[in-house]
Amino acid sequence: MVESEPLKPKPRPIVRIGIFLISHSLLVSVVCCTAGVLALLLLPVLAKNTYISENALVPGSSHPMLTSQDVSEANKFVREINNLKPTGTSIGISGLIAQHMVDLGAEVCYHKFHPQLNKFHPLQFFSGPDSGIIQENCSCSSYGINTVGIIRAPRGDGKEAIVLVTPYNSVNVSPGEALSLGIASSVFSLLTRVTWLAKDIIWLAADSQHGEYASVAAWLRDYHTPLFGGLAKLNAEMCHESIMLYELKKSLVTGAEVSDVFRRAGTMAAALVIKVANGNEEVEKDTLSIYAEASNGQMPNLDLINVVNYLAVHGQGLRVKVEKFSSLLDSKWLRVLGETFESLGKVARSLNPQWKFGMPVADYIEGTATLASSLYHQALGVPTGPHGAFRDYQVDAITLEIAPIVSSNKGRQNEFLLRGGRLVEGVLRSVNNLLEKFHQSFFLYLLTSPSKFVSVGVYMIAFALLVAPLPLAAASLYSDANKVDSSSEKDTFTSSSASVNIPAITFKSWNWLHAAKAVFIVHIWSVIITLLPYFIGQIPNCTPTNSLLIWVLLSVFCLLALRMTLGSSFSIISVSQLQKKEWALLKSVTISAAFVSLCLMSVINFATAEIGALLIVPMCLMATPLRFELKARSLRSITRAACNLVLAFIGFPPNAYVISKGLFEGFGSVNVGDFWNWLDSLRAWNSATYLYVCMVHIPCWVLCVYILLHHC
Amino acid sequence: MALPRSMIFLLLFLLLLFVLCFASESIGYEPQEEEEFSEELLLKPLPDRKVLAHFHFQTRVPPTETYGPHHRLFPKAIYQLVQKFQIREMELSFTQGRWNYERWGGYDPISSNNAKPPGVELWAVFDVPQDQVDASWKNLSHTLSGMFCASINFLESSTAYSAPDWGVRQFSSNMRYGTLPREAVCTENLTPWLKLLPCRDKAGLSMLMDRPSIYRGFYHSQRLRLTSTKFDSTGLNKGIELEQTLTIVLQPSTPGNSMAYSSGSILQPSWSLSSLFGRKVGGKCVLAKSSNVYLQLEGSVISELNNLQKENESYDTDNLAFEGSSSVRGFELSVSPDRVIKELSSLGKEHPSILYEFLMENYTDSKPFDFGLTWKLPVVWSCPQAPLHASRFLMGSGNERGAIAISLKPTKQNEGFQTADINEDMCSLQVDVFQVVPWYVKVYYHTLQVFVDGQAQSVADVIKKMRVSPSEDKVSPGVMEMVLKLPCGVKSAALTLEFDKGFLHIDEYPPDANQGFDIPSAVVSFPEFQASANFLEDASSNKSPLLCKLQEKSPVLSYTEVLLVPLTTPDFSMPYNVITITCTVFALYFGSMLNVLRRRAAEEERLLKRKAAKKNGRFPLLLSKLYAKLRGRQWEPPQSSSSSSQSSSSSSSSSLVSSKLLIKVVLVAGVAAGWQYYFG
Repeated sequence: MVESEPLKPKPRPIVRIGIFLISHSLLVSVVCCTAGVLALLLLPVLAKNTYISENALVPGSSHPMLTSQDVSEANKFVREINNLKPTGTSIGISGLIAQHMVDLGAEVCYHKFHPQLNKFHPLQFFSGPDSGIIQENCSCSSYGINTVGIIRAPRGDGKEAIVLVTPYNSVNVSPGEALSLGIASSVFSLLTRVTWLAKDIIWLAADSQHGEYASVAAWLRDYHTPLFGGLAKLNAEMCHESIMLYELKKSLVTGAEVSDVFRRAGTMAAALVIKVANGNEEVEKDTLSIYAEASNGQMPNLDLINVVNYLAVHGQGLRVKVEKFSSLLDSKWLRVLGETFESLGKVARSLNPQWKFGMPVADYIEGTATLASSLYHQALGVPTGPHGAFRDYQVDAITLEIAPIVSSNKGRQNEFLLRGGRLVEGVLRSVNNLLEKFHQSFFLYLLTSPSKFVSVGVYMIAFALLVAPLPLAAASLYSDANKVDSSSEKDTFTSSSASVNIPAITFKSWNWLHAAKAVFIVHIWSVIITLLPYFIGQIPNCTPTNSLLIWVLLSVFCLLALRMTLGSSFSIISVSQLQKKEWALLKSVTISAAFVSLCLMSVINFATAEIGALLIVPMCLMATPLRFELKARSLRSITRAACNLVLAFIGFPPNAYVISKGLFEGFGSVNVGDFWNWLDSLRAWNSATYLYVCMVHIPCWVLCVYILLHHC
Repeated sequence: MALPRSMIFLLLFLLLLFVLCFASESIGYEPQEEEEFSEELLLKPLPDRKVLAHFHFQTRVPPTETYGPHHRLFPKAIYQLVQKFQIREMELSFTQGRWNYERWGGYDPISSNNAKPPGVELWAVFDVPQDQVDASWKNLSHTLSGMFCASINFLESSTAYSAPDWGVRQFSSNMRYGTLPREAVCTENLTPWLKLLPCRDKAGLSMLMDRPSIYRGFYHSQRLRLTSTKFDSTGLNKGIELEQTLTIVLQPSTPGNSMAYSSGSILQPSWSLSSLFGRKVGGKCVLAKSSNVYLQLEGSVISELNNLQKENESYDTDNLAFEGSSSVRGFELSVSPDRVIKELSSLGKEHPSILYEFLMENYTDSKPFDFGLTWKLPVVWSCPQAPLHASRFLMGSGNERGAIAISLKPTKQNEGFQTADINEDMCSLQVDVFQVVPWYVKVYYHTLQVFVDGQAQSVADVIKKMRVSPSEDKVSPGVMEMVLKLPCGVKSAALTLEFDKGFLHIDEYPPDANQGFDIPSAVVSFPEFQASANFLEDASSNKSPLLCKLQEKSPVLSYTEVLLVPLTTPDFSMPYNVITITCTVFALYFGSMLNVLRRRAAEEERLLKRKAAKKNGRFPLLLSKLYAKLRGRQWEPPQSSSSSSQSSSSSSSSSLVSSKLLIKVVLVAGVAAGWQYYFG
C-alpha cells in the first residue's frame, strides 16, 4: 500500500494550514462572518474613554476671562441685528457686522464670492478642489458677501491662525444665527484685549444665503488658491460696482477701515463653526451637539473633540451629545443583545473582578445608536456641516451647535451668551497653546458617545473578520473546480498515460480566464453606469423616480449590448461539457474581485467598506445557481435558495436603501425616488461612496444574480 | 625676596599712572578726537491708540591709529569683535511681534530702519578677502551667540545664511545675511545689550526700561548696528560707530470710560512716561554728551488738529485761551519743550511734522522728568505709508506641493502721488525683492509668474534684473533677488513661485517638527523713495545723532510675513514600530534566503522517502522522547526498519502517550484555573 502510492513531499506547515483552511472553507466562512458581525456589535463595549493626548492643550487650566461686560455688549449687538429690518438685501447686516468688528479694533475686509455649485466632474474626481472652474453665466444678485475680521496676536509672529465661523443668512437672520454672532462677537471683543494670544484669530461671518458650506468653501478657496487673473475676477468686479451700496467705513476710534483687499493670516491651526439652534425642541439643559464628519469620512483630530467635550462638560456644565439614530434606541433586539452582554460582563466580573467587560444595557443601546450614526455619516462621505470645507485643506474643524433652553427671560440670554462665549474662549485658548499642529491623537475613529471612541485598531477587527473568508472561499471554489475537472478526466482517460493528461489539465486550468473575462466585462459596464447619472442629470424637468427608471433601463440596455458584443464567449463555454462547474469558477473570480475592491475601499473610506462588506460578503458567499438547488429538492437546499433570494433582494442598492430607511424612519414616507436623490447628493458631494456603490456593489450584485440564474 | 617684587609693583603702578596721564593729556590736546556717547528717546503717538518709543544710543570711538586701543566709553567686546573679524558693517536685531505697516506707517525713517522681521536678523559686511568671508561669518555668529545669549550660532550652517549681491543693500560684496524667524526674544537678550552702554540701565534714559512694561508691548525690537570705517579703502577713517536702538510700541492704559464725542469718535488716550514705563527719568547719564527726549507729531496729526480747531472756532469763538508754545492746541504737554523743530515741508505732504525737544540736563533725581501728553480733541489720522503694501502668503494645500505668492497693493497714500505722475508715459516704480528660501522648500524658479492688474505678464517685461541661486540640498538655501519695474498706476501686482516640499532625514527635523517650517521674511524695498526727514536745523552746532539718523537717506524698506510650511513628518512617537517592522523584514529575508541556500533537493527527496517509509512524524517522536524522560527510562529510538507493523505499534503507543499527556495538561490547567478563581 505504501509502495503503490506515489510519494508526495510533505508541504511546509504554513502551506498545510492554508490547505486545511481552504478545505474547510465553509466552516471558516460561517465562523468568520458571525464573528465579524459580533465584533461589530461588540464595538460599543470595547470603546475606550477619550483622553487628551496632546499635553500642550491643557484645557481649562486658566480661569475664563470673558466678563459680563463683553456679554452685555454682545447682547446689544444681537439686539441691533434683530432690530435690523429684513430689507431683502444682504448689505445691511454685513455692514453692521463689519462696523462692529472695526470698532473692536480688528482688521476687517469683505469677501465677495459666487457660490460654486457642486458638480460632479467625472475626470476630476480625486483631484483637489480646483479653482479654475467658475460658471460664466452668473447673475450679480447671486453674489454673497462674507465679512472677515482678523485680530493680530500682539506678540505673535503671525504664522498661524485659528478660525471662528458663524454662518448667518444675510437675507433673513434667524434669532439663533443672531445669537451665534453674539457669541463670536463677545469672544472677539475679549481677544482684542488679551495678551496671551500667540495665533491670529479670524472671525468669518459667512453669508449663508447660498448655503453654509458654499460660503465657507468659497472663502477657503480664495484663501488658499486665489486667482490673480482671468475672467472670474473681472466678473466679480463688475458686479461689485452694481452693489456698491455699502460704504467702506472708517472707524472713528482707531482709524482702521474696512477694505476690499482679501486679508490673510497664516496657516490655519484649527477652525470652529459656531451655530445656535433655533430652539424648536425642548431641552432641559443647554445642549451642545458636535458635528465632525467631513467629506469621505475624514474626521478631525480626536483631541479637538476632546477639548470641546471636556470644557463643555466640566467648564460650562453643558450637556454634550453627538448625533445618533434615535430609532435604534427602542429596538427590541438591541435590548436583548445588551442584556446578554451585561450578564456576560457580570459573569466575567464574578470570575475576576479585574475584567472590566460589559456595560449597562442603556449605555449599550445609546452607544450602538451613536456608533451606527457615526458609521453611517462617515460612510456617506458627505460633510455634516461647514466644517467639512476645512478638512479639504487639512485643517481640523468641528461644528458646535448649541441649543439653549427656550425661555423669554432677558437674563437667560445673557447667561447663555456667557456660557457659549466662555466655551469658545476656552477652546481657542487651548488651541492657542498648541505649539505644533494637531497630530498627537487619533484621526481614524468612531464615536460611541462624546467621551468614548473606538480606534482604528479595534474596529479593523470586525472588517478583517468579515472579509477574511472571501479569499479562502475563492481558493476553495477554484481548487474544487479543478479537482472535479481532473477527476472527471481521470474517469474518461483512465488508460491514457500522464503525458497525454498534462496538457489537458493545463488547458482546463485556464478556464478561469473566461470567468475573469465575464467579471471584467461587468466591471467595465459598471464604469459606464457610473458616468450615466451625470448625463441623466442634464435632462431638465425629470422627477427622481423617472431619472432612476431611465438609469436602470439604460444600464440594463448597456449590459445586454456589452454582452452581445464582447460577451459572446460566455455561451461557448457553457456548451462544453464542463459547464457544470463554470459557475463555481465565475463565483470564485467574483469573490476575488469583491475582496480586492473591499480592501481598496477600506483604505479610502473605512466605514463604507464596513457597511458594504456586511451586504456583499454573505451575498457573494451564499450564491449558488437556483436550478442546482431546486434539483436537489432537500430542505437544506431549498432554505439555501430562499436565503439566496432574500440576500439578492436586499443587496440591490435601491432596495437596501428603502429597507434601511424604512427601518429607521418608518415605511410611511419611503419613496423609491429618494434613492435617486440620495445617490445624486453623493455624486454632487464627490463622495467616494458613490463610486463604491456603482463600481463595486452593483457589479457584484449583478454577478451574484447571474450565478443565481445560471443554467446548469 | 619680597623687596624686588614690591619694587616691580611700584614700577608697574608708576608706569600705569604715566600712561593714564599721557592718555588724558592726549585727549586734552585733541578735543575733537574724543569718544562720544549720546542717548536719545523719541516718542510718537500712533493712530491706533498706541505709542511708539524709540531709544537711540550711540557710541563712537576715533580710529585706533590716532586714539590708541584703550577706551573709556566704547565697549571692549565690540571693539575686539571689529578688530578680530574685520567687520566693516554689521546689524543684529532681535524682534518680537510684527510691525504693522498699515497703521504704524512704512515711509518714515523709523519704520523703514527699525521695523524688522520677527526673530533674529543678522547681516554683516566684512573687510577680508573673498575666500575668508564665510569663515569670518561663522566665527562671528558664534561670538555673537555667546555675547547675546541667543542661538545665533545656528546661522553658522551654510543652509541658514546667504550672500546677497544687491538685494538687501546696493553694492554689497562680502556681505552675509541670515535670519532665525523662530528665535524667542527675552530679557536675557536685553541684558547683554544694556551692558554695552556706559551707564547700563542705572542712569539716564535707559532707566525707563522696566522689563515688564517694555515686554508687554505690541512690538519690541532691539537692534545693534556697527559701522567701522577703519578698513575703508577710501582712507577716510572715522573710527567705529556703535548704534543701539530699542523700538517698542506700547498701549497706554486707558481709563475705564473714555469720553465719546458727538461724532462718535473717542479721544486718543493720554499718557505720560510714568504711565507707559512705570518709571521716570532721573536726569541724564553723566557720561553722555547729549541726552534728549523728543516727541514727534506727524504732519497729518497737525493738519487734522488744525481742521478740528477751525471747526470748533466757527461755532465756539470764545474759547481762545491758548496753551502750548505751538499754534496747535488739540493737546497739552505737561512739560514745556526746550526747543521745537519743524520739518521742512516736502512735496507730497500738506503739513510738516513737528519735533518737541526736551533736554535731560535740566533734570535730576530730585526733580525727575515725567513728560505727559493729554489730548484735548478727538483726532483720527493715518501714518505715511510705503508706495506699495507687500504681503506674502502660501498657496495650495496638501503635503506635496504649493506656491509662494507675493502680492503688492498700492496704499492709500500712494494713490495721490501716482495720479500726479500719470501724465508721463514712461513713469515706472522700481521694487526690489530679496527672498531666501530654505532648501527643503524646493522652489522652481522657472515657474515664476507675474501678474500686473490681474493680467499675466511676461517675466521679461516686468523684471529688469534678476539673480537666482537655486538651493542645493542640505548645502545652501535658494536665493532670489530681483528688480521689478511696475507702471505707476498699478492696481495690484503679484508674483507666484511654485515649490515642492522636500523630505528631511529623520535626524534633521528640528524639535516640534509638526509645527511646520519657516520661510524667512522677504525684503521688499523701493530704492526710488528715500525715507528721510529734513529738519529746519537752527544754527546749533551740536547736531543730535538721532536727528542725523533721521535725516540720513535710505531707501524705503519693508519686510513681509514669515511663512509656515507644513511638511510631512514621520511619526516620531513610534520608533519601535519602525524597528519591529525592519527586524521582521530582515528576519523573513534572511530566513528564507538561508533556507534556500541550505536546501539540497536530492538529499531532501531521499530524506522524505525515508520519512514516508517510517511514517512517523516528528511530533510523536518528540512526545515519546519526552515520555521516556518523564518515566526516567532510557529512550530508545524506534527501529528504522520499514515494517508496517512496527510503525503502527509505535504510533499507537505514541497516541496513547499523547492522550495521557493531554489528561495531565488538562488537570494542571484546571488546578491553575481553580487557583486563579479562588485565590487570584
